[in-house]
Amino acid sequence: MEDSHEEVRVLARARWRIAILLTAIMVAMYFGFIALIAFDKPLLATPIVPGLTVGILLGVLVIVVSWLLTWIYVRWANTHYDARLEALRR
Amino acid sequence: MIVIALLQAATGSTRLGEPNRIAMGFFFAFIAVTLGITYWAARRTRTTEEFYAAGRTVTAGQNGFALAGDYMSAASFLGIAGLVSTTGFDGLIYSTGWLVGWPVVLFLIAEPLRNLGRYTFADVVAARLRQTPVRIAAALGTLATVLLYLIAQMVGAGGLIRLMFGIPYEQAVIVVGIAMLAYVLFGGMIATTWVQIVKAGLLLGGALLLALMVLWRFDMNPAALFAAAAARYGDAVLAPGRLVSNPLDAISLGMALMFGTAGLPHILMRFYTVPDARAARKSVFYATGLIGFFYLMTFVLGFGAMVLVGPETIRGVDPGGNMAAPLLAEMLGGTPLLGFIAAVAFATILAVVAGLTLSGAAALSHDLWVNVVRHAHADAKEQLRVARVATILLGVGAILLGITFKGQNVAFMVSLAFAIAASANFPALVLSIFWRRCTTAGAVASMVVGTAVTLALIWLSPTIQVDVLGRTDAWFPLKNPALITIPLSFAVGIVVSLVSAEGARSDTAILDRQMLLGSRPAREG
Repeated sequence: MEDSHEEVRVLARARWRIAILLTAIMVAMYFGFIALIAFDKPLLATPIVPGLTVGILLGVLVIVVSWLLTWIYVRWANTHYDARLEALRR
Repeated sequence: MIVIALLQAATGSTRLGEPNRIAMGFFFAFIAVTLGITYWAARRTRTTEEFYAAGRTVTAGQNGFALAGDYMSAASFLGIAGLVSTTGFDGLIYSTGWLVGWPVVLFLIAEPLRNLGRYTFADVVAARLRQTPVRIAAALGTLATVLLYLIAQMVGAGGLIRLMFGIPYEQAVIVVGIAMLAYVLFGGMIATTWVQIVKAGLLLGGALLLALMVLWRFDMNPAALFAAAAARYGDAVLAPGRLVSNPLDAISLGMALMFGTAGLPHILMRFYTVPDARAARKSVFYATGLIGFFYLMTFVLGFGAMVLVGPETIRGVDPGGNMAAPLLAEMLGGTPLLGFIAAVAFATILAVVAGLTLSGAAALSHDLWVNVVRHAHADAKEQLRVARVATILLGVGAILLGITFKGQNVAFMVSLAFAIAASANFPALVLSIFWRRCTTAGAVASMVVGTAVTLALIWLSPTIQVDVLGRTDAWFPLKNPALITIPLSFAVGIVVSLVSAEGARSDTAILDRQMLLGSRPAREG
């Protein structure tokens, strides 16, 4: 029981680290975008091609990268985390 | 009738607001299909586990659609399309803001919630703590969030249906209330889940159809559409403008949207409908993809309405811009497409209201009645009966509140609901999941202070003082208090926990294990 509890704590810490890291990336990305909107409007107004400004491209990227981050987490959890959970169950 | 005549005078050609046979046809088809689902679901709803959690048989893919259905309200479809069509880029700030909470839900909340709880998020906060005070405080946060969100949806529903179908406001509110009551009362979570799935399919399909029809006119190239908008209304529409003039306001709103999503009771409740934490995790991935795809389409819909319909026409029909998407549909596909999109908007509201009512009913019956009043000694039959009584109370309450707030400016109530969810529910949930020294007093103080200070600061903010009461200035400068209230609520929870340290618990190891591995069989209570 004691050994098993130690393993639970180790695994909980591993998941916690990944969760915090990905949350931090998410927070930095979104509030970075908001900060640019607040403090550097001219940069966001710069056109890349006619019709597509830096601002619109970054807006699209915030949405796409958010989804990619959930994909990274699910990949990690489905392959590494679940295997270790399964080992704990036995 | 006068309203309709005025609308036609204002817009010239639109048939919006006339009783529209095609819209009515789609609308009644939706009601018929969803009531059919409810009849089917009612025969499968005999236990509390089926009523609140669909018997935990919903698959990850189904729950992904249902989460998207629960989350994408009329505000996101009609509101953002309208905002983009009248302000351009500034509206897109909302498109991103409404999505960014989902990864946070996945990383921090979804799996521990599924493993530790049964029906409500209070189950999780109370898991390590004393039941009675935690459940009362959590029910307070839940009901505040649900009621504010419900008022906003009901008032929005009444107004939209009047604009789109020409039905009087009160009748529209009653129709929404009764249909929603039928789903939840008889079909419980099984019917509510399938209503969400049908609604998410219709909303995504309708938005995709509109977006493709817009892009068809611009060689399938979004940049060409944006360029056309800039050519007609100036380059400013493609860059940030006046909406975010105060950086602190923008950050505060962003915090409310990001962390509020992770504290919305009707969203959190959905994680109990899947069989295990693995399915909960996958369902957030699907939901984030669906919702992200939808918000990307709002870029096209908003600028499409700007170029093809025009901001003047859109504001002429509704000063808030909410009719941009229906007007765009009429311009592209005539009355049939207008009817379809109007019915989709209606289905959207109906489904969100059903999800809200079910989560409010769970707080009243599971948290307050079963666990506080009856100390977890209610038998299964009584639990189900109380859940249904609570549903009727909330449904009737929603109809009455919808009629009471007729004509009021309630747009702020959605952001207020997010602010409370972010400041009252989210910090307590995170502290109780991840911090083992969190105490009963700490969690309760965090939830009560979060709710109370958020309500107080909203009252003192320009949102109420200037926009609603018409005063010239407000005591509290920010439109959304989340910047202050989220850190405050965390700080109160931590400080009070440290001051009121409880003795070490004997079941810490069991709960640590349950948080990772889930529990089976589930404990009663």
